[in-house]
Amino acid sequence: MANMSVNILGTSFKNPVITASGTFGFGREHADFFDLSRLGGISSKGLTLHKKDGNTGIRLHETASGLLNSIGLQNPGVDAFIEDELPFMKDQGTVILANVGGGTLDDYLKAIEKLNHTNVDMIELNISCPNVSSGGMAFGIRCLDAEKIVKEVKAICTKPLIVKLSPNAENIVQMAESCVKSGADALSLVNTFSGMAIDILKRKPVFNNTIAGLSGPCIKPIALRMVHEVSKSVTVPIIGMGGIMDYRDAIEFIMAGSDLIQIGSGNFINPTLSLDVIDGIEMFMNEQGIKQLDEIKGCLGKESFFN
Amino acid sequence: MREGFKSLKIKSNLEISTGIFEIKLQAKYEKDIKPGQFFMIRGWEATDPFLPRPLSIADVEDNYLTFLYEVKGQGTHLISKLQVGDTLEVLGPLGNGFTLETDKKIALISGGIGIAPMFYLLKNLDAPVDFYAGFRSAVYWMDKIESQVTNLYLATEDGSAGHKGFSIDQFNPRDYDLVLTCGPVPMMKRVLEICEGIVPVQVSMESRMACGIGACLGCTIETADGIKRVCKEGPVFKGKEVLL
Ligand SMILES: Cc1cc2nc3c(=O)[nH]c(=O)nc-3n(C[C@H](O)[C@H](O)[C@H](O)COP(=O)(O)OP(=O)(O)OC[C@H]3O[C@@H](n4cnc5c(N)ncnc54)[C@H](O)[C@@H]3O)c2cc1C
Ligand SMILES: Cc1cc2nc3c(=O)[nH]c(=O)nc-3n(C[C@H](O)[C@H](O)[C@H](O)COP(=O)(O)O)c2cc1C
Ligand code: FES
Repeated sequence: MANMSVNILGTSFKNPVITASGTFGFGREHADFFDLSRLGGISSKGLTLHKKDGNTGIRLHETASGLLNSIGLQNPGVDAFIEDELPFMKDQGTVILANVGGGTLDDYLKAIEKLNHTNVDMIELNISCPNVSSGGMAFGIRCLDAEKIVKEVKAICTKPLIVKLSPNAENIVQMAESCVKSGADALSLVNTFSGMAIDILKRKPVFNNTIAGLSGPCIKPIALRMVHEVSKSVTVPIIGMGGIMDYRDAIEFIMAGSDLIQIGSGNFINPTLSLDVIDGIEMFMNEQGIKQLDEIKGCLGKESFFN
Repeated sequence: MREGFKSLKIKSNLEISTGIFEIKLQAKYEKDIKPGQFFMIRGWEATDPFLPRPLSIADVEDNYLTFLYEVKGQGTHLISKLQVGDTLEVLGPLGNGFTLETDKKIALISGGIGIAPMFYLLKNLDAPVDFYAGFRSAVYWMDKIESQVTNLYLATEDGSAGHKGFSIDQFNPRDYDLVLTCGPVPMMKRVLEICEGIVPVQVSMESRMACGIGACLGCTIETADGIKRVCKEGPVFKGKEVLL
């Protein structure tokens, strides 16, 4: 029998499938559709120190095999999360990642300090949000900006620290190395790609912010390549994502070097898609005689039994 | 536990007016479906188009579920090509639906394809109802509506049927205790203006959706009570709540 469990950073995941930040809320809606304890983990909607209303205007725009979103980190703020959402999430019998994003360095630090005092299992630090204090640049674009924030967060964070990388980084491998050097215990990648769309009748960008984030199957080959390259250059655990729609996609990300994977936009295709992926991975392992996912993690280039 | 997407067999998929289709699916719903609720619909394999499409429930019968839709873009075009015996993927019912009240004099006001939820709404209203239906030109579903209402006020913008102009030209808010409306935003905005301070209104709102269940925060609108999700707290809102 296949054993799908994965242990990283002292935490045991019953399978490698985590639902991605921003596509699964705090789990409440999906709990109507399935037993969330079946999941390896859940990453919360991106949290900021203070409540955020998010962006105005159109927030979603469908593209070929994907979508652009400009939600703008609408969330109740970290205090309300701890009070109203976390107890529910922790009751679901799965690993809970608190995804923290947005604002100034000081906001990040204050939010992490609050989460230190909770039973959240891990922090997923989203460094691809606009940073007011460095002139609108995102922390996740240039290595120096990322190093600064990861170092400062690591210095105060008492939970395992996963840093979520932006595919918009100037150089994804250097960015990964910088984050690990600065104290990231694990990396997750990728967040959405910067994109845009134009309303040709109005002669205006579709989104009030002009730029929005692209996700879904259209980004998968690029995301997979990034996971592959990053996994060869760092030794910390990797959580891979970007356009995963079925178990085959998930296995590709694992073979490219992911310890765990996340499902984001796939949740929109069907609220129970993550269960299909979990069942599919188990079936694949059984069919292929794989006992542990370690056997295929980053297996590219290693000798294969089937070659 | 609720079911995720499921496949329903198509019993018929007819073009009842140019670009307007009525699709009937074989389905048995044990649970009540409320008028004004919607389903997320997909009529194609694989991931392009990527997102399912929201459609209001047009009718529920013992063994059938009906949607009324206008072909707008790729998604509705693909659905319109489906044949009897093919299947459609549906998720729902979703959203809140209209709040039904009895012992009231009620006006329903629809514009264009906004008529979609109105027939099933009528079936569930135990009250005298006047219906104000507006269309650009071609008129549909009036035969179904006519027998269920006290008065039918029909209008077309080009005058090809009924009153020439807008259906609300003939509408006086003081005649009613409650107004329910679904249609283009400019029309609903006008309805709210006319009814302000006179009669309560419920409006069915539209917004682009991804998850349809309240998880992605993509479909939100600003309301007098803060940001709300059209798919979860809506699609039906109190008139005094929405900011059109
Ligand atoms: C709650 C609700 C109920 C609805 N009920 C009906 C109905 O009963 N009958 C009917 O004909 N139409 C209804 N609509 C509108 C319908 O969802 C759109 O016309 C449809 O999604 C267009 O898809 P498309 O692929 O043909 O068009 P495209 O323009 O190619 O669609 C591109 C994307 O934009 C979205 N989109 C485009 N127009 C709308 C719109 N008006 N509202 C929301 N999303 C949109 C699509 O879902 C898709 O993601 C409803 C919308 C909502 C929100
Ligand atoms: C609607 C939406 C909202 C998102 N919100 C967040 C967020 O709050 N924080 C974050 O780190 N990532 C967020 N993401 C990015 C996803 O977690 C994921 O990294 C990305 O979508 C790529 O995976 P996918 O192709 O499987 O969706 C969001 C994505 C979408 C589509
Ligand atoms: S469509 Fe996702 S929250 Fe409404």
